[in-house]
Amino acid sequence: MEEAQLMQYLPVLMLGALAVVFSFGMLVMSVVLGQKGKRPPVKDIPYECGMIPVGEGSTRLSLKFYLVAMLFILFDIEVVFLYPWAVIYREMLKESGGAILGAMLSFLGILLVGYLYAVKKRAFDWKS
Amino acid sequence: MIQAIIDWFGSPVGLSVLFSAVKILGVFSVLMFIVAYSVWVERKVSAAIQDRCGPNRVGIFGLLQPAADAIKSFLKEDFTPAHVRKTYYWLAPAIVMIPSLLTVAIIPFGSLIGNEKMIIADLNVGVLYTFGIVSLGVYGIVLAGYAARSKYPFIGGIRSSAQLISYEIAMGMSVIPLFLIAGGLDVQQLSAGWQSLLAGTSGLNLNRLVTWQAGNGWLICYAPISFVIFLAAMFAETNRMPFDMPECEQELAGGYNVEYSSMKFALFFMGEYASMTAAAALMTTLFLGGWSLPVAGLNQPATTIWIGLIHIGIFLAKVCFILFMVIWVRWMWPRFRYDQLMDLGWRRFIPLALANIVITAVVLWAKS
Repeated sequence: MEEAQLMQYLPVLMLGALAVVFSFGMLVMSVVLGQKGKRPPVKDIPYECGMIPVGEGSTRLSLKFYLVAMLFILFDIEVVFLYPWAVIYREMLKESGGAILGAMLSFLGILLVGYLYAVKKRAFDWKS
Repeated sequence: MIQAIIDWFGSPVGLSVLFSAVKILGVFSVLMFIVAYSVWVERKVSAAIQDRCGPNRVGIFGLLQPAADAIKSFLKEDFTPAHVRKTYYWLAPAIVMIPSLLTVAIIPFGSLIGNEKMIIADLNVGVLYTFGIVSLGVYGIVLAGYAARSKYPFIGGIRSSAQLISYEIAMGMSVIPLFLIAGGLDVQQLSAGWQSLLAGTSGLNLNRLVTWQAGNGWLICYAPISFVIFLAAMFAETNRMPFDMPECEQELAGGYNVEYSSMKFALFFMGEYASMTAAAALMTTLFLGGWSLPVAGLNQPATTIWIGLIHIGIFLAKVCFILFMVIWVRWMWPRFRYDQLMDLGWRRFIPLALANIVITAVVLWAKS
């Protein structure tokens, strides 16, 4: 059984190999076929619509982006937990009645409290 | 030596490898064809909407334009500016392209031809694989922005990574009601064709959704809210209007791909269209009945090769319809502002998707 499970991924590996060869092949091809131009110093300046760049290339960022990244990890994991539940939901309804619904409602309830907390803390408020 | 290779291809493992290779090459070429010509269609449609001509010089109706564009991309100077982080700069276009090619692996693009299922990999993690791979696409864009070591690409990359991950949650949640509804599928009661189509699949397999839809009607009718959320998230995930924040030309001069030239730039472009096509294919399977069509007995797995081919045709027609709609929307809708975008994702769609899950579950419970 385990081997059969792994065999499922063989086509994915083949597709992955094709994708890798294709992408890097394109990159290499354009180096080989592309024109070689001159290299005046101005060409090496970061493009900012003709302005001469000032300061560091990597600027400082709003803290909001880190917050979004963290919240994403939390919520995305919840979503993954929901899938197995969704798949067996109707079968379990026949067997155990509302227990499966209650189990997931309590889980979603806790999630909702966390979500409301994030809203209250203005984590999603991009205007300020 | 040669005999040994021929013998190996005759063995069950060898045969499955051979069939997989044929399917992969077929899907890959069709995908690339759609990518090339959706660019052409996009330019023609935008021209028609804006009362212009669009490409009309290369070939009849400009039909050879994609080929000309490809040749041009190859022949342009492949310039690596001195200020970039070289390794990431080189990796980023490939990392954008690879996941968008990989997502198509689990989408059933047809029923059966002979005994072969028209799906590249019949994984039992099913749709979770797609969401996993789609997440990887973020890396390419972040790396492109980071590698450029230049302000506009950096801001563009960070913005779009926040956008992509925000809408991924809504997208993942919007699909759950479909599995709740279609979870009641009883494989034992289905006919032999369905049995062979679903042999060895788990509940997350997309062919199960198609099966359920063939028997009960398309899921867009059962879960319209899911459809709306998925549609919006699809636009956001593929960086399309009205969510094309990564490429807001006016503010960021183009976003994460500013410092790229030649084929590297074209790879970002192709990656975007490939993931758009993959998302359209996913949407077809999830909401629009996949390869099935409720007329003329096309709701059954194919018994002959011809019907198998017709199923593939139906699937492609549905995908092209969605792609056309996506292109159309681009010229009809203004772009969101960034705070509106994040607000819509986090404060509207996520609660809506959660409520949708709970309501669907409660209704199913009340019915049982």
